Amino acid sequence: MTEFLQHLVNGLSVGTIYALIALGYTMVYGVLKLINFAHGDVYMVGAFSGLYLARGLGVDEHPSLWKALVVFVGSMVICGALGVIIERFAYRPLRQRPRLTALITAIGVSFLLEYGFQLPPAIGSSVPFPPGPTPRFFPEPFPRVDFEPFGVHVSNYDMVSLATAVALMFALQFVVYRTRFGTAMRAVSFDAGVAGLMGINVNRVIAWTFALGSGLAAAAALLVAGSRPTINPLMGLLPGIKAFVAAVFGGIGNVPGAMVGGLVLGLAEEFVAGYALSSYRDGIAFAMLILVLLVRPAGLFGRVRAEKV
Amino acid sequence: MRIHRALAVAALAFAVVGCQQKKEEAAPAQAPAATPQAAQAAPAGDKIVFGHVGSMSGNEATFGDSTDKGIKLAVDEQNKKGGVKGKQIVVKTLDDQGKPEEAAVAATRLVTQDHATILLGEVASSRSLAMAPIADSNQVPMISPTSTNPKVTKDGDKTRPYVFRVCFIDPFQGTVMAKFATENLKVKNVAILRDVGNDYSVGLADFFAKKFQELGGKIVSDQSYKAGDQDFKAQLTAIKGKNPQAIYVPGYYTDVALISRQARELGMKQPLMGGDGWDSSKLYEIAKGALDGSYFSNHYTPEDPSPVIQEFVSKYKAAYGSVPDALATLGYDAAKVAINALESAKDLTGPSIRDAIEQTKGFKGVSGVITLDADHNAVKSAVVLGIEKNNAKYAATVNP
Repeated sequence: MTEFLQHLVNGLSVGTIYALIALGYTMVYGVLKLINFAHGDVYMVGAFSGLYLARGLGVDEHPSLWKALVVFVGSMVICGALGVIIERFAYRPLRQRPRLTALITAIGVSFLLEYGFQLPPAIGSSVPFPPGPTPRFFPEPFPRVDFEPFGVHVSNYDMVSLATAVALMFALQFVVYRTRFGTAMRAVSFDAGVAGLMGINVNRVIAWTFALGSGLAAAAALLVAGSRPTINPLMGLLPGIKAFVAAVFGGIGNVPGAMVGGLVLGLAEEFVAGYALSSYRDGIAFAMLILVLLVRPAGLFGRVRAEKV
Repeated sequence: MRIHRALAVAALAFAVVGCQQKKEEAAPAQAPAATPQAAQAAPAGDKIVFGHVGSMSGNEATFGDSTDKGIKLAVDEQNKKGGVKGKQIVVKTLDDQGKPEEAAVAATRLVTQDHATILLGEVASSRSLAMAPIADSNQVPMISPTSTNPKVTKDGDKTRPYVFRVCFIDPFQGTVMAKFATENLKVKNVAILRDVGNDYSVGLADFFAKKFQELGGKIVSDQSYKAGDQDFKAQLTAIKGKNPQAIYVPGYYTDVALISRQARELGMKQPLMGGDGWDSSKLYEIAKGALDGSYFSNHYTPEDPSPVIQEFVSKYKAAYGSVPDALATLGYDAAKVAINALESAKDLTGPSIRDAIEQTKGFKGVSGVITLDADHNAVKSAVVLGIEKNNAKYAATVNP
């Protein structure tokens, strides 16, 4: 029983991360019908901006809650800005082109970030940027405290991660369904052309969608880096793909679906690795998802929409 | 609008230039392997080129860095003595970022473009395995300082004619740890956590398990991970449920350090055990004490009082300001064996250097006396190091 509960805690802690990244995929897809494959790399940039901010503030020597907050919000802002820049220069010029063009561009942006960050540091700059392929170690933003209810090990990091992730998800849900911006976003998602005719600034809505999604990816990256401290330029690759699967699983374009999809994927992986063969961790988890999609092609919460031809 | 478009075009142009540079670097890999005749041609001018392929960056960056320092120390010494056969030696180091495919590209480039006389490297077996066919087909001898997987010098059942190593191999290393666990640690139940994508780790885990069971021990759980994973708690929780007395983790230092931290976070107090892939100053930096009480097998220890080792340690300290790890020492030995063979070879073509390396017998290296057996492996003793207060301490020596 203890082992089961421990797996549950581990699975939730991984699942919340997938869920946060999946939210970004789902929002962008919902609004633009574009699968933003660079999203996993925005997550990586989030981890590195956190590292640079933490270095700048001296978190390693004197950790404090205040600094942790600055690092957290700072990287979310940096990534939000990065999301807007990517949208402005890579996707917007292609918005009227076939969807496949934008998809390939997304893969291009992904490679640009991955390999750009693997270049050796620029000569003469005081900050070692780009970081290069050697993994870096993220400083602990605050001291770790372990709790042991019923023999299950839970740390304050797990609790903070879970609380932050859930809070961010609810905040997003509120933004999408209870604010004017959210209404505009849903209108653009429904029909961008008509929304524009109704006086909605479509470009601004799309830019903000990217900013929000990318900010959430940065949050996920920092929650990971805080407790699993190695970060490297390819770290976004696998979580990015998994989060994409989670988003599809939950019904891409659907916000609660992405959350549930992320959590289910995290738990599935954890239980497969824990109780079955650990080398099939990803394989079996993904196979399960394929089965679900065979039964419900639109995903768990997705609605089948008639394609306009 | 026009300005925006111009900006976008500029950004794109930038990206394209970046891509082209990458392509130029990768080009030699796509070129067909040079004919043996071309590679055999003596290096241009009066220089001998040692081509070193190493992980200068990436997950195992300290491996490449240490090895390179060791090689350069040996070469500098020789150059001060006047080089080999009146020629100075130049070390040309290429970074493979810890990726097998990059190692193959680098090896091809060193052989075809830089006309390397000898290839040195790689540390990791999976990268050496990618280089070995290139050394063979171009008839350029390759000496791996620290790849311990038996397959590195093998092509099926045959021994690869041009591939050598100056270290022991995994069947021995796995045996050492299995013996140590049974006899010194007196443990009976052990769990294994291996890196499934890594030839070195899989080999070591298999050999350890075989010997440990022969000695009457039991493997209670055999879990796997993939290098670069960040979360190991699923596997560790499963291992914890089986309650083993120790955990064998034959991986590389970045992963091992993370594993140790997560094991302690789950409240597991068992000692971890591993192989020479642990040997890096970064291990202690990341683990932050989580590995105290753990043990790993290695090629040598700088604490050994023997004069050969102490002389080397002080030379290395004078040159680089740090204590040499096993990778640096084996890098030094590999270069020394290469130099020794060049001196005794009748000329500087690939086949005659190969013959000379094969004749290496009783060569006094820093890491021990090196005699290459029929499979091109060195037969040497291993040491077991224990980690105390986040620092490696000598625990035992095990002879073959």
